[in-house]
Amino acid sequence: MTEMNLLQAINSALDIAMASDEKVLCFGEDVGGFGGVFRATSNLQKKYGKNRCFNTPLTEQGIIGFANGLAAQGQSPVAEIQFADYIFPAFDQIVNETAKFRYRSGNQFNVAGLTIRTPYGGGISGGHYHSQSPEAYFAHTPGLKIVVPRNPYQAKGLLLSSIRDQNPVIFFEPKRLYRASIGDVPETDYELPLGEAEIVSVGSDITVIAWGAQMEIVEKAGAMAGEERISCEIIDLRSILPWDVQTVENSVKKTGRLLINHEAPKTGGFAGEIAATIQERCFLYLESPICRVAGLDTPYPLALEKEYTPDVFKTFEAIKAAMNY
Amino acid sequence: MAENSSKAPKTSKPKTVKPVQTKPKRNRQSKTTIPAKTTKTSQLSKQLQQTLDELGKEVSIEMMRMMLLIRRFEERTTEMYQQRKIGGFCHLYIGEEAIAVGTAWAKKPDDYLVTSYRDHGFALALGMSPNECMAEMFGKVTGCARGKGGSMHFFSKEKNFLGGHGIVGGQIPVGTGAGFRAKYLGTDQVSLVFFGEGAISQGSFHESVNLASIWNLPCLYIIENNRYGMGTDVSRVVSIEELHKRATAFSIEGLAMDGMDVFECYRVMKDQIEKCRKTSRPALIEAKTYRFRGHSVSDPGKYRSKIELQAYKDADPINRTRKTLTEVGWLNDEDFKKIDKEVKAIVIQSIKFSDESPEPSLEELTQHVYS
Repeated sequence: MTEMNLLQAINSALDIAMASDEKVLCFGEDVGGFGGVFRATSNLQKKYGKNRCFNTPLTEQGIIGFANGLAAQGQSPVAEIQFADYIFPAFDQIVNETAKFRYRSGNQFNVAGLTIRTPYGGGISGGHYHSQSPEAYFAHTPGLKIVVPRNPYQAKGLLLSSIRDQNPVIFFEPKRLYRASIGDVPETDYELPLGEAEIVSVGSDITVIAWGAQMEIVEKAGAMAGEERISCEIIDLRSILPWDVQTVENSVKKTGRLLINHEAPKTGGFAGEIAATIQERCFLYLESPICRVAGLDTPYPLALEKEYTPDVFKTFEAIKAAMNY
Repeated sequence: MAENSSKAPKTSKPKTVKPVQTKPKRNRQSKTTIPAKTTKTSQLSKQLQQTLDELGKEVSIEMMRMMLLIRRFEERTTEMYQQRKIGGFCHLYIGEEAIAVGTAWAKKPDDYLVTSYRDHGFALALGMSPNECMAEMFGKVTGCARGKGGSMHFFSKEKNFLGGHGIVGGQIPVGTGAGFRAKYLGTDQVSLVFFGEGAISQGSFHESVNLASIWNLPCLYIIENNRYGMGTDVSRVVSIEELHKRATAFSIEGLAMDGMDVFECYRVMKDQIEKCRKTSRPALIEAKTYRFRGHSVSDPGKYRSKIELQAYKDADPINRTRKTLTEVGWLNDEDFKKIDKEVKAIVIQSIKFSDESPEPSLEELTQHVYS
């Protein structure tokens, strides 16, 4: 075990993936010698050469389209989109090509090897275009997998699984935690399962779900609730698509209450999907309405960012409201 | 409308550039390059003399003063960023001032202008107040976008400034649409669309310039080629290093200008804007320039050699203008110092204004999402 921050854990995963499989290539804007704007790909070009780790022009649609072509021929491209806010020129390629490649070729071709890494989320005063959490747009697209890690250990294991998974994966990295989240990470190769949630702390009164950077928020809110003798069962969803319905269902049947927290705006956010599914399966077990604590239905603001964010206090208040319903 | 105009005879035959070599020249051994040659010190070129005659003393000094204001404004911006009064991402225009200033004096007030996130220079050159610009970066309600956008998103309806845009290449189709509107209504406006050389690889660039050419739109596309897309040298990411030669692909005129010479920028932009107004034909202009700072305030810019940086600093657009104006006897050291002192005071005032301005109210957060 070595202490790593989230960036170092990602770098370590990429390093191992490239060392263990020559089919793995890393590319994107400034990814090569510069090591990416956040330095997630530091030293990879040095170690594996310019043919395996390289810069692209500023052309997101081109990056993903190019990666689709590589993946369709059996390579394992790890394409970086510098900020998740920049992913939209590539939306067509991801939604229409990446996601449907296997299905529409009758399983003759697929882009299984493709992994798209992209930093998402706010809390860094980044304003409109360096803060968004666009996971829900992609969650509406069958054929994709969507993964969001919460800490360095999770990041490394989930990224290695994503790269090796036989389906295209969008891997959203919580950039607020890049350097802020530090933890023990094995230097060795390990994988964590996709599509499986993790119960982070066991509780009995209310189930609280989040993913990525919001896990830190709900854990703090859970601790505050604990001081008021409210026992929270906290779950890290980890995979948005496919998501672990069974773990959440089992938990809600036990606690009778559910709160979902995400950073993206509330309307059309992934919490809506979770709430709908859980009320179908747990209707008679629910003690209070399923509650969503999310970003406001506005563009991501520059000023008043703290007020926009679904923070610890909003989450804590919502937990109390569910308990007192 | 679109169909008609695509069939309409072109009002002037577009000048095409020479065929380009298929293999780009690349200098991978040493990335050091030297900037365009500066004006000879001994005598002014005929063209420069003509430009100075046209502008006259007062306007020429006013243009230098604006470049200095932008420079001082951004130097203080860096400090405010370091003091965390400005957060997030902040991209400086230092070294590139001549383009915005030359353009601002060449355009008519109602011509549209749109640019990327490196927008402070354009905002000030177009006459937006340092107060509203600084306050915007502070996230204050007195900012030009009510504190909603910050450094990358300055806008001014009054100046027909369609904004700074945070997404690379996002503004290019927007400026194209504005050009179409001018043609549709016959308003005689020209749309000036600025973007960095990095944006030329985006599909939005190709889609826009093609539209402007087939529909004869009064749009000028200006590449601010500062040679680095973040940390990546332009030579590594383009097939043709002489970027203006891409004009050939769209059957429009392509030309380059020294983007570190304010009088050349003025002259080229003036000629092109008036020509575009008359002919409604787009053109692709490459302003060769350099940013003295990193891509953003947090980028130390270590991917460039000290020799290269110094060579460009020697061609500093403000020093060059100062020298020219001194040579023709319109400016002395004392005048310059006086102007510098004045603009510094204006910048300090903008900081004071921003410090004292109120934060947006909570209601502001959810306002302006819809009408």
